Amino acid sequence: MGDAVFAGFARASGGFVLLLLGGIIVSLFIGGLAAFRQFGAAFVVSPLWNPVTQKFGGLVPIYGTLVTSVLALLLAVPLAFGIAFYLTELAPAWLRRPVGTAIELLAAVPSIIYGMWGFFVIVPIMAGTVQPAVIGAFDGIPVLQDLFAGPPFGTGILTAAFILAVMIIPFIAATMRDVFLTVPAVYKESAYGVGCTTWEVMRSIVLPYTRVSVVGGIMLGLGRALGETMAVTFVIGNANRITSSLFGAGNTIASLVALEFPESPAGSLKLASLLALGFILFVISFIVLAISRILLRPRLKG
Amino acid sequence: MSTTMNDRQDQISATPGMHARSAEAIKEPRISIRGLDFYYGSNHALKNINLDFPECQVTGMIGPSGCGKSTLLRCLNRMYDLYPGQRATGEAMMDGVNIIDPSVDVNALRARIGMVFQKPTPFPMTIYENIAFGVKLHERLSKSQMDERVEWSLTRAALWVEVKDRLNSSAMGLSGGQQQRLCIARTIAVRPQVILLDEPTSALDPISTLKVEELIDELKHDFTIAIVTHNMQQAARCADQVAFFYLGEMVEVAPAAQMFTAPKQQRTQEYITGRFG
Repeated sequence: MGDAVFAGFARASGGFVLLLLGGIIVSLFIGGLAAFRQFGAAFVVSPLWNPVTQKFGGLVPIYGTLVTSVLALLLAVPLAFGIAFYLTELAPAWLRRPVGTAIELLAAVPSIIYGMWGFFVIVPIMAGTVQPAVIGAFDGIPVLQDLFAGPPFGTGILTAAFILAVMIIPFIAATMRDVFLTVPAVYKESAYGVGCTTWEVMRSIVLPYTRVSVVGGIMLGLGRALGETMAVTFVIGNANRITSSLFGAGNTIASLVALEFPESPAGSLKLASLLALGFILFVISFIVLAISRILLRPRLKG
Repeated sequence: MSTTMNDRQDQISATPGMHARSAEAIKEPRISIRGLDFYYGSNHALKNINLDFPECQVTGMIGPSGCGKSTLLRCLNRMYDLYPGQRATGEAMMDGVNIIDPSVDVNALRARIGMVFQKPTPFPMTIYENIAFGVKLHERLSKSQMDERVEWSLTRAALWVEVKDRLNSSAMGLSGGQQQRLCIARTIAVRPQVILLDEPTSALDPISTLKVEELIDELKHDFTIAIVTHNMQQAARCADQVAFFYLGEMVEVAPAAQMFTAPKQQRTQEYITGRFG
């Protein structure tokens, strides 16, 4: 009797998750249908966002979402790996717990705090020190001078990516540390046994062993970066344009929705466009997940 | 007259089926341990060990669980270095160098003293890469030299015939016995002088065990071998010299033939007759 009830409960829970996922996708799609009808495929490639002329396109926020997230990953993954490597292999035993706990606490900080900290601490530093220095350093070098150009406002794509990186480092580092610890000691010892250094053991034994979970942790961080709203809204500059400079202002899907949603009356084309953007964000996350699955296909055949 | 009879009966009933195969004279030591102590934190795990490992012969190490025999192996390749709180004092001389000394380059040492573990530990890569991996750490070889080395070590480990057509498939797909021979091949590929075997057959079926034991017989022509085993028959079959450990002390060491027929110490006698352990 108890078994049957529990089996039924478990089955219902499983079904509920699928239902919930399907429901969200369908309602976002239906909500955004008016925008897709009006603009067609151009919605994805048009950089316009003009409530006055009722022309809406999602290219700028889509671009901003992808660029800030990828930049954040580029900044965060090496650091997170370093933290996890240090905590599992190098740090003295008495330091491992405090540092590990600090990492977990960082993951628990609400994003609004990161947003305020970014705005009041990081933005002035970027505006006053980092950006002028970088612009000066790269002046005259092709490509780089375009990538790091413009007035040093402090806000912008790079600042947003930096805040995002700080936010996702704890997730990625904690996941990596946990999975590094699952590698059986005897495998590491046998690698040390043929004369490996700590780094060689990490690269050739620990990373291949934990590849799936490490990529999983990175994807978790990417997922959070893609959807992060408050912190990004604070520091990205919120301008609907694409600039070649990483110091330029921009926006992301999440920040645009957060800012524009209160001013979008029900039934308006603008609201439909925002819901359509939400649907696109969903699709992007799905694609990211699918790519990570493909990357994780076993390389070696049994 | 009657006492002699009794003695002999004692010995025969005391060591059922135990005939040391090797009757070789013990050769010159390759490694000499003198006054070695080992600590896990405050736990004094090895006490004043004195033991020689004769060159190109097999030294079997027996004793009940927790007696320190595996710990002694881990001293010889400095595996304990990985763990804070574990330390060894004393002497383990090899080629005039005390390998316990902290100034010794452990990576180079581990290339000279290879180790095979209780459980097969293939690396998560292809069979070929498993062998080449250790070699690459210490030598620069051309592709053809590496091919040769891989074939040589797999042949020496009696595995070549079984895997030569699938060198590029994952080592994880091999059977347990094959994996263990792969680990032996990986160890000898680095061309060490000493091989440490920590209960190498305890996770294997009888046929694989037999293959590994034959392999040990074969390998001792070129390598000095130390094997930890819980299986007294295995020690009798493989070892030229046997050392008995009990509670962190080395109670007795003797040529295998003597150890299993006429142990000098009471405790050795009791252990090998199965009265404890």
